[in-house]
Amino acid sequence: MTFQLDATLAARRFAVSLSLGPTETIAILGPNGAGKSTLLSIISGLLRPDAGKATIGEKVLFDLDADKNIWRAPHTRGTALLAQEALLFPHLSALDNVAFGPRSAGASSAAARDTAMHWLTEVDADSLASRRPGQLSGGQAQRVAVARALAADPDLLLLDEPMAALDIHAAPLLRRLLKRVLAGRRAIIITHDILDALMLADRVIVLEDGRITEQGPTREVLEKPCSRFAAGLAGLNLVAGTVSDAGVTTAQGMVVAGQRDGTIEPGQDGVAVFPPSAVSVFLTEEHGSPRNSFQVIITDLEPHGDQIRVRAGRLSADITPAASADLGLTPGMSVYFVIKAAAIAIYPA
Amino acid sequence: MYRRSGTGYTGIPAWIYAIAAAGALFVLLPLMAMVARVNWSQFIPLVTSESSRTALGLSLRTSAASTAACIVLGVPLALILARSPFPGQRLLRAFVLLPLVLPPVVGGIALLYTFGRQGLLGKSLELAGIQIAFSTSAVVLAQTYVALPFLVVSLEGALRTAGNKYEAVAATLGARPGTVLRRVTIPLVLPGLVSGAVLSFARSLGEFGATLTFAGSLQGVTRTLPLEIYLQRETDADAAVALSLLLVAVAVAVVGLSYRRPRLGVAPEGAVR
Repeated sequence: MTFQLDATLAARRFAVSLSLGPTETIAILGPNGAGKSTLLSIISGLLRPDAGKATIGEKVLFDLDADKNIWRAPHTRGTALLAQEALLFPHLSALDNVAFGPRSAGASSAAARDTAMHWLTEVDADSLASRRPGQLSGGQAQRVAVARALAADPDLLLLDEPMAALDIHAAPLLRRLLKRVLAGRRAIIITHDILDALMLADRVIVLEDGRITEQGPTREVLEKPCSRFAAGLAGLNLVAGTVSDAGVTTAQGMVVAGQRDGTIEPGQDGVAVFPPSAVSVFLTEEHGSPRNSFQVIITDLEPHGDQIRVRAGRLSADITPAASADLGLTPGMSVYFVIKAAAIAIYPA
Repeated sequence: MYRRSGTGYTGIPAWIYAIAAAGALFVLLPLMAMVARVNWSQFIPLVTSESSRTALGLSLRTSAASTAACIVLGVPLALILARSPFPGQRLLRAFVLLPLVLPPVVGGIALLYTFGRQGLLGKSLELAGIQIAFSTSAVVLAQTYVALPFLVVSLEGALRTAGNKYEAVAATLGARPGTVLRRVTIPLVLPGLVSGAVLSFARSLGEFGATLTFAGSLQGVTRTLPLEIYLQRETDADAAVALSLLLVAVAVAVVGLSYRRPRLGVAPEGAVR
C-alpha cells in the first residue's frame, strides 16, 4: 500500500511528485515559502492543485485528469494533520479532543473514550485527560494533539513543524515521543531542524521554490549534500559548478580544487563541499599548492560553539576566538579564505 | 497628558474621559428624568393592569419567537458571509444589513407589500387560507426583519475571529461537514451567537415602527408593549411612564444577564504564533 503523489499548482509555482512506503517516514526540508505547507494542504484536501493525482494503495485521494476529476473530501482521506499549534478544540477536554476522531468515524461514546484513553496513555498524557486545553502547557497540548491525530487511525500522518512552537525543554520530549509513535507508521514531517530529520525520518526531501531539489536517505544527504540548502543544514560549505581537471569551476570563473569522487568526469555538473573547520583565514594571499585561496569580504561574525564562525557571503570559516582577535576581524573587511584541496570533496550535483 | 488606570498603561488622554462622561450622561440623564417622573403610588396598579400585562406577555412571546427565527435564518447567513467567498457576497451582506439603517416604518411598508393581502406573496398565501398581516405572526415577522442583522453581524464577526483552522483540523480527523459545524464551529462561536441572540431579542422587544405599519395595534394580538406605551401616552401619561420603566427594566435584565463584554470565541492559546 504505497502513497503516490503527483501535483502541480501554478499559482504557487508548485510541482512535486513523491511516493512513500507503508511504514516510511520522510522529512521535508526547505526554506520558508518553498511550498512545504502547500504540500501538506494538497495531500490533506484543504487545497486543490491544478493537476495531478494522489493515491494511497487503491484509494484515490484525487485525480484531476480532465476526464476523471475525482476529488475526495478531507474527512474521507485518512490523512490526519498535526500543525505547529496544537489546535486542540478549546471547548472539549483533552480526552474528548482525542476521542473526536473515533467519534467522527462512528464509534460509540464509550468506545471512543476507551480509544482516546489508550492514546493518551501512549503519549504519557493520561493524567491530563480531564484538563481543558487552556490548562495545558504548550508541550502538553502538543502531546495531546499527537494522541488526537493517532486516535483517528490515519493512513498517512502529516506533521507541519510540530516542534516549532515548543520551548527548548518541551521539544526533545516530543521528539522522543514522535520517534516512538512514528515507528512502523507512514508519515510526512515538515521540519527546520536537522535533528528531526536524523531522528525521525528514513528519507529526506529538500523542497526549494516548489520543486524537489534533492532527496535520499537522511544520512547520505547530510554527508554529501547536493543542494545549497541541505549543505547549510549540515553546516557545510557548498560551491556548485562544472567539473574540470583542476576541480570545480563556478559560473563566475572561480576554481575550487579538491578530491574528485571516482565516478565524476570533467564537463559534468558537480559540487565542491567542505566544512567551515577546514577553512583558514589570512589577511594576505597565501601561495602554495595544493591550496585554494579566495579573496572574500566578511559579512558576519558569530559565535558557533567555542569557535567564531566567519561568514563571507555563502562561505563560512570556523576559527578560534583568539585567532579572530589576533587578526582583528570585523564585518566589511577583505580577507583570504584558504582551504587545503585535500579537505574538499567533489562529487556529481 | 496621560492618565494611568489601575496598573496598566491605557494611553488615553485625559480630555477623552471628560467627553466620555458627557456621552454616558447623555444616555443616563433621560432615563433618570423618566424615573423622576414616575407616579410611584400608582405604579403597581398601572403596570399590572390587564392591558399592560397583555402587552408585556405579547412582547415577551413575540420577541422570543423572533429571536428563534433570527437564529434559524441568521446562523446560515453568517456562515455563508464569513466563510465561503462567492460572487455577490458583498452585495448580499449589504442587503442583509440594510434593516439596520432603514427606518422601521419603511421595513413595515415593505413587509406589507410582501405579505399583505395584496402583497407579492400575500395573495398566494391568502388563497392557501393563510393571512399574515395584522396578526401576531406579522408582529414576529416585523421584529425578525429588523433584528436579524444584529445576529448576523455579531456572529459573522465571531466566525471571522475564530478563523477556520479548527475546522480544517476537525476535517482531517475524519469529521464530516455537519459534524464539524455541530461539534466545532458552533461551540467555538457560542459567545458570539449568544450575544447576537440577546441583541436581537432586545431589538425585537423595542420594535415599534415596522410592527405598527405591518401588524397594526390590536390589543392582545399585535399591541406589544412599545405600542401600548405610545397609545397610553395620549391618554394617561403616568401609565406610559410606568410602562416605559417596565420596558427599561426588562431590557436591562435581559442584556445584563446574558450579554457579557464581547470576547473572542476562542480561548487564547499560548503557543499560537
